[in-house]
Amino acid sequence: MQKLPDNFETYDEARQRGFLALKELKDKGQRVVGIFCSYVPTELIYAAGAIPVGLCANSEEPIPAGETRLPRNLCPLIKASYGFALTEKCPYFYFSDLVVGETTCDGKKKMFELMNEIKETFVMSLPNSREPREAAVAAWRSEIIRLKEKLEDFYHITITEDQIREAIRLKNRERVAFQTYLELGKLDPPALSGYEMGTKTDASAFTFDINDRIRSFEERTREVLHYWETERKGKTSDRPRIMVTGCPNGGVRDKLLKTIEELGGDIVLIDTCGGIRTQMQKVEETGDVYTALAEKYIDITCSVMSPNAPRFEMMGKLMDEFQVDGVVEVILQACHTFNVEAYNVKRYVTEQKGVPYLGLETDYSQADKGQIATRLGAFLEMLS
Amino acid sequence: MMYYTGIDIGSTAAKIAVLDETGAAIDRFVIPTGWSSRMAAKHIAELLENKGIYVQDTEEHEKNTLVVSTGYGREAVEFADKQVTEITCHAKGAQLLFQKEKAVSVIDVGGQDTKVILVENGLVSDFLMNDKCAAGTGKFIEVMANRLNVDIEEMFELAKAGEPIPISALCTVFAESEVISYIAEGRSREDIASGVIASVANKVATMCKRQRLAEKIVLTGGLSSNSYFAALLSDRLGQPVENSSEGRYAGALGAAMTAKKLGERRSRQRAQVQ
Ligand code: SF4
Ligand code: SF4
Repeated sequence: MQKLPDNFETYDEARQRGFLALKELKDKGQRVVGIFCSYVPTELIYAAGAIPVGLCANSEEPIPAGETRLPRNLCPLIKASYGFALTEKCPYFYFSDLVVGETTCDGKKKMFELMNEIKETFVMSLPNSREPREAAVAAWRSEIIRLKEKLEDFYHITITEDQIREAIRLKNRERVAFQTYLELGKLDPPALSGYEMGTKTDASAFTFDINDRIRSFEERTREVLHYWETERKGKTSDRPRIMVTGCPNGGVRDKLLKTIEELGGDIVLIDTCGGIRTQMQKVEETGDVYTALAEKYIDITCSVMSPNAPRFEMMGKLMDEFQVDGVVEVILQACHTFNVEAYNVKRYVTEQKGVPYLGLETDYSQADKGQIATRLGAFLEMLS
Repeated sequence: MMYYTGIDIGSTAAKIAVLDETGAAIDRFVIPTGWSSRMAAKHIAELLENKGIYVQDTEEHEKNTLVVSTGYGREAVEFADKQVTEITCHAKGAQLLFQKEKAVSVIDVGGQDTKVILVENGLVSDFLMNDKCAAGTGKFIEVMANRLNVDIEEMFELAKAGEPIPISALCTVFAESEVISYIAEGRSREDIASGVIASVANKVATMCKRQRLAEKIVLTGGLSSNSYFAALLSDRLGQPVENSSEGRYAGALGAAMTAKKLGERRSRQRAQVQ
């Protein structure tokens, strides 16, 4: 297994550290906006002088509370996020002035109606299709403008185009730093653990200064490259190179990602909305800011979009570049869009790319830990 | 003489297979797993010792076998030289049992979970395992058999004589209450048993259809010698499903083959060092 850095911070540690930092910021009057999805253009939130905080919950703890109002047979991410809101146990939710939701999947968009009773939740209406393209971009552009107006209204401010453009530049710089770090997964033999990549990307949300975030990614990238050059280059590895795709996997990081690496695989690529694929495309820095934002964000290749051919194109390209030997798809229980699309993913991966595929449907509980480990073990045995 | 032993500890039965240096299967036996896999493993070591196969060095004897453990209780076999998942082992074992085939689909209805494995040229190329629930596994049959106050074998005998009544619930707990209400309605045990087995066959067949199937389909694991169940599956898949008396040892045989390979690799490495 690839070494974790000496100063490795677990997700929980980062989350803890973030509480205190955020509290300090709040005490100084910092604006905070809670978000749930990669489709929400955080540039506008930065332009409003606020910081965006991700509220997607990764923990099993608030689920029973969530289930007091939501059906049990619902995605754990939704139940946990709502459970946190309901019990006021998540400081990030608590510190958010406003929550921005979106009409992505059915479970989430209906949950937002309930969440709105706890804290004002502004829901952006995301088209479910990118086709026809002009119409989709126009619709999303007008929602982006609606978000801008909402923020202006809410905070009694005016957001200028210059501020937005500045935020676009800053976010683009962050995307480059992010992407360069995640591209370390291309190294052969690998020099960093996929568990680390996943943890670091998710935990970076708890570093609120975007420049600090950029610095941290750049630093780690330099470190890993140095390590590769001096200690790994030219060596061979017989550990299969794994790509993880599917639903956000923060809530099953230990049960799944860690287990893959402990059982002898190297995760080189995490193809989820928190991973490299949302970083690759930058926002156009010239021209109409709203159109530029709409175009970038509508192209995110999440399964909530139908049809979703770009996901497969992107996946194929990444699989080649990262020399993937096997694909593991994580489906959170009751996530219909990813679960239905999994059929096509399996077909694409095995038939078009000739690479073995394993689909796993799971939730945040530890109940299926053994079964998951057996499947992953068998899958890795099959690859070696 | 060096032996290669495969131990497949399932949730209900533990299967053991022993190969000699030529790879010929010289022994195989089965014992109930009982309540503790660890105790079962210990018991297996004693049984092997009585046969002159020593899994560990003792004062009197030198270890003369490599051991690979598999199955749900594989981690309880502390003296194993290696642990391998039951999926890989069933595939290898099926390959040994059906040597002529280039590709076989292996269906293993286990006590705890059910697997469908596609084996091509001796290697696993795809597999599915059923999800967290017990529907479509041996456990489901066991629970319902308990309800009807019969053992598993009697359950199948009853089923053969009955006309299946629909058991629609997929969850074991709900299906059990369905069975209870059928009993209360005075339906015959034969028809209920028939319905239970049919529902398992349906569930397993659906799982099979989610995967590319080889022309040759074989049943391994606990139900492998059950020709009635194989016939039900054949009917639902529209393709013959073969059963065999040896099928329940597929996992253990596969584990023993892995042990043999491990032995070969070790002696190769030793030769290289010298
Ligand atoms: S998986 Fe899709 S809907 Fe969920 S947060 Fe990511 S982009 Fe949004
Ligand atoms: S994982 Fe699926 S069901 Fe859950 S919030 Fe995301 S898109 Fe919705």
